[in-house]
Amino acid sequence: MRLYLAVFALLAAVHCEELFSGSWKRTWKSGLDFWTHGFSTERPVDIRVPQSSLYAVKDFLKKNNIPFTVMINDVQDLLDKEKAEMVGNAKMERNTKSFNFAAYHDLETLYSFMDTLVASHPNLISKVHIGNSYENRPMYALKFSTGGVSRPAIWVDAGIHSREWVTQASAAWIANKIASDYGVDPSVTSVLGQMDIYLMIVTNPDGYVFTHTNNRMWRKTRSVNSGSSCRGADPNRNWDAGFGGPGASKDPCSESYHGPFANSEVEVKNVVDFITGHGNFKSFISMHSYSQLLMYPYGYTCTDVPDKSELHSVGTAAIEELTSLYNTRYQVGSICKIIYQASGGSIDWTYNIGIKYSFAFELRDTGFYGFLLPANQIIPTAEETWLGLKYIMQYVRNHPY
Amino acid sequence: MKTFCSVWLLLSLVELSPAPPVSQEPPLACTGAPGHAPQSETAEDMASTGDLEPTHYPARRAATVALHYLNTHHGSPFRVFGLQQVHKASAEDVAAGGRKYKLDFSVTDWASGSEGPALRCSADVLFPQTERHSGPEVQLRCEALQQINRTAQEEHAFYQRYISPDSAVSARDIPDSYGNVSEEMQPFWRLARVAASFIMLRESSERTEFNMAQVASVAQQGSSEEQLMLEFVVLLHDFPSQEIIQWKLLASWSPDRGVRVLQTEWQPRCPHATKPPN
Repeated sequence: MRLYLAVFALLAAVHCEELFSGSWKRTWKSGLDFWTHGFSTERPVDIRVPQSSLYAVKDFLKKNNIPFTVMINDVQDLLDKEKAEMVGNAKMERNTKSFNFAAYHDLETLYSFMDTLVASHPNLISKVHIGNSYENRPMYALKFSTGGVSRPAIWVDAGIHSREWVTQASAAWIANKIASDYGVDPSVTSVLGQMDIYLMIVTNPDGYVFTHTNNRMWRKTRSVNSGSSCRGADPNRNWDAGFGGPGASKDPCSESYHGPFANSEVEVKNVVDFITGHGNFKSFISMHSYSQLLMYPYGYTCTDVPDKSELHSVGTAAIEELTSLYNTRYQVGSICKIIYQASGGSIDWTYNIGIKYSFAFELRDTGFYGFLLPANQIIPTAEETWLGLKYIMQYVRNHPY
Repeated sequence: MKTFCSVWLLLSLVELSPAPPVSQEPPLACTGAPGHAPQSETAEDMASTGDLEPTHYPARRAATVALHYLNTHHGSPFRVFGLQQVHKASAEDVAAGGRKYKLDFSVTDWASGSEGPALRCSADVLFPQTERHSGPEVQLRCEALQQINRTAQEEHAFYQRYISPDSAVSARDIPDSYGNVSEEMQPFWRLARVAASFIMLRESSERTEFNMAQVASVAQQGSSEEQLMLEFVVLLHDFPSQEIIQWKLLASWSPDRGVRVLQTEWQPRCPHATKPPN
């Protein structure tokens, strides 16, 4: 009986326009759900049919030559998928919002943060796999780009020395900051309008894991040195700039062991290959701790670089921005003069291959906590460092070469 | 190799002499040469005579030595200084060989938070030129040092709390990996830094720049002559070589006598060891 009523409603809707009234739907009990009203016989009507009535309705329509097409096979399935997506999106948003930037995290957590960040900014950020570490861990850089092909780019790396935990932690905060500042902060937006930013949060993943599992003070890579029970080379003495010269050790047990030859450390080689392969980097900035310094090349010699004047004034201005936030004192100078002669360093190599704006930061503090900076200083450190970084990026954008 | 290391360590523990570590032969696999940078910086020694750039390392290293001296003389569980800034510096060669630095610099008391009031100091630091390493000689003047004596109350309270015969404080990793230091451990942390300053001062040269990176362990020993007796294992960080150098030391302290270091012993770090050998 009910079925006949339903059928009747359909027929009426389709053939008897003067009789049709939307109020039928509300009294209807078989569960047919009209998604559009029947305005005329020329226009189609959309009906959601509950599964229990499906056969009967189809049968009726066929028997009465009422043409129909199935638009959605399973509405519930669609609803389920949509809900899952929404829940997923909300969760991802909560994840990046709930990622605790004021804490130190292990490698797995940092890597999953990267994925979350990429997933919530798919049009801005992608993850670039530049190779694997000695112990076969992936090395990822986050690429911030608004388009173009091989745009001039800025490189920032953290954690090349694994015990310098505030650098990886700050880099995570900075990654999130760039993502949320794009489109909001004019400086970031203008930089990304013309340039790409590559940010490598964990440049020495094997070392980082080792600082969590074994030795908090581990600095180097974890490569095996033939003929020695000591492992690892100093990844910032392993670059091809004055390699093997003063300021690096030839003893594998030393914290500043330069390795058997330049780029022997796969972590270094991966970055070198990526930079040379890309071919269009305009700035290379490496983050270290501690000492509160901003330095430019060279480390392997105390002779001034040709661009010393400019680099020194860019550094000085960047430091002014940094200090403006919390009054943290920084000094500026070349590596060799400010801290020590050190051969085989990354920013010496990058400068020598033509990346003029090469800088190295030494972040907080000046020795009170040293490498063991309390987590409550991560965000202030990241915030002030970001101001300095932003200045440099803006400067690089405004001074193309 | 590991057995060899442990045996060697056991033997050296028995000795417990404060002799400079240069005289000890490090076992093959356990290195981390104390104090003296394994690599030479001879190729381009910055001509460090005459007026020095205050922000460059020669001035800063000399000032760090003066800082260690300051801490050995005026540090306490409630006062420990950090270098804030070098204002002026100069250096000259001296007749007997060696180099003498003249410094004008500021320090802050790290015990009063991140940036307590700055104290202005001047110092003469002499790095002697001797065949066997001997520590630098320092003459130091700081303004208004006597005026900072507001910590007497805290010192006495701390002393009373721990001088009792049943007190047996012991702890590891201060700060811990995450930079945490408990309220109770703060004075021990500062004491360790003061005690470590004796070693850092003695081991310094123009090629070193020491800082205490971490207290690996503290173990209170039985009090003696009304002095708190503490055995520390400290990790020193040398900036030029980036080495972490481990020292075990026995220090005494009381509000009246201040910090004294009775025994020091360099502890070689075997490549795969992460904790102090004992």
